[in-house]
Amino acid sequence: MIAIIDYKAGNLSSVERALKKLDFSCRITQSKEEILNCERIIFPGVGAAGKAMADLRQLGLDKVLKQAFEAHKPILGICLGAQIILEKSEENDAQCLGLIKGDVKLFPNPLFSEESERLKIPHMGWNGVHFLKRHPVLEGITPDDEFYFVHAYYPRPASDEYVFGTTCYGIEFPSIIGYKNLIAVQFHPEKSGPAGLRILKNFCTWNGRHAE
Amino acid sequence: MLSKRIIPCLDVRDGKTTKGIKFKGNVDIGDPVEMARFYYEQGADEIVFYDITASSDHRDIMIDVVRRVAGEIFIPFSVGGGIRTLDDMRRVLLAGAEKVSVNTAAVQSPKIISDGARAFGSQCIVLGMDVKKVEASHKIPSGYEIVIHGGRTYTGIDALAWAKEAEGLGAGEICLNSIDADGTQQGYEMTLTPLISENVNIPVIASGGAGNINHIHDVLTKGKADAALVASIVHYGTYTIRQIKETLHARDVKVRMRW
Repeated sequence: MIAIIDYKAGNLSSVERALKKLDFSCRITQSKEEILNCERIIFPGVGAAGKAMADLRQLGLDKVLKQAFEAHKPILGICLGAQIILEKSEENDAQCLGLIKGDVKLFPNPLFSEESERLKIPHMGWNGVHFLKRHPVLEGITPDDEFYFVHAYYPRPASDEYVFGTTCYGIEFPSIIGYKNLIAVQFHPEKSGPAGLRILKNFCTWNGRHAE
Repeated sequence: MLSKRIIPCLDVRDGKTTKGIKFKGNVDIGDPVEMARFYYEQGADEIVFYDITASSDHRDIMIDVVRRVAGEIFIPFSVGGGIRTLDDMRRVLLAGAEKVSVNTAAVQSPKIISDGARAFGSQCIVLGMDVKKVEASHKIPSGYEIVIHGGRTYTGIDALAWAKEAEGLGAGEICLNSIDADGTQQGYEMTLTPLISENVNIPVIASGGAGNINHIHDVLTKGKADAALVASIVHYGTYTIRQIKETLHARDVKVRMRW
């Protein structure tokens, strides 16, 4: 069973629908028992870091997530779920989960492309990923694949060792980060067509270890 | 770098698309779910549905369409038409749409934009703007006026001022439809589109007037649009989404080429 963590962080049904399409059974839940007993965890999120952390704490799920991480359960963070796994966020000055060392930054404004055109914020739409390291969850994904992003903040781990892929939008920012049994993507795999579904499928069969 | 998006638009009435796809075999597919899946497989980056159902009694049919589409296609899609309240938005978003678009309702009550953005996030709220060219005046300094009721009613609102106001209220994106260009197949509005796009910091989807791939190319380059809405030229099989993207790619417009 895959637990999709429900902490009022936006619409979780699209992740559920994608897993259903892939024939994996999952449950949207905020039950501590269910989360600690599940096989793996998807940690999605849309919204602001401060509110998300407050909701997680209120539900006691901040501690549950840390426990699950330490228990080596495979965890997939999506979008805001790829941000609040770091130590703190510039958004609402939020103290976050700290599963990975580092922080979350707002895109610089104004932001310019290489051609000196003003870029819009949030970063919204399809963009590619420059892969730095292999990872079982990224198996079968090519540099030509693109993914759907919607965000104004980005994760900035303290060390490159946590960065599996980067994306260019005025600056080059980490878009896939991971550590041990945790892998997190800034984009929405559930809205990223076949390539996104492939990532979800890979995650659903991942044992939580990676070679590198 | 971000790709430019190609977005087919489907008008849905009572659960059926009003313009089916006509292929070589002249098969008319009027099912919005089938059409959405077809465009998804062809490489559409997003899909827009406009519910033009006249009677509010039939709105549940659209919710059912949204739910079925969401189970089949895994790219963002938006739903517009008849969205007047937060509750309308909630129903569509919970059924699986990524975004909702508001047009007339936002003109009549701009608060729907800020309420929607606060409740669901700006990324969910698309402002649909129907615009007609008029003589520039003190009241309409840009020379483009917002119209509602499918272009029949002039509102006295300047298009540029309205775009900026909606951005300030929390709209996450603008779908900019030129009533003058719509249906002409003579090209997108090439003065209005860059005017709006360069003066807001949210994405602008150009709508109305696509007749060939040059038009799409022009609006995504000189026109400064972030995305292009296409309807007739893909529904009637003049081009496939794949052909459009391959041509743009060959002409150095960055588009998503793998799906």
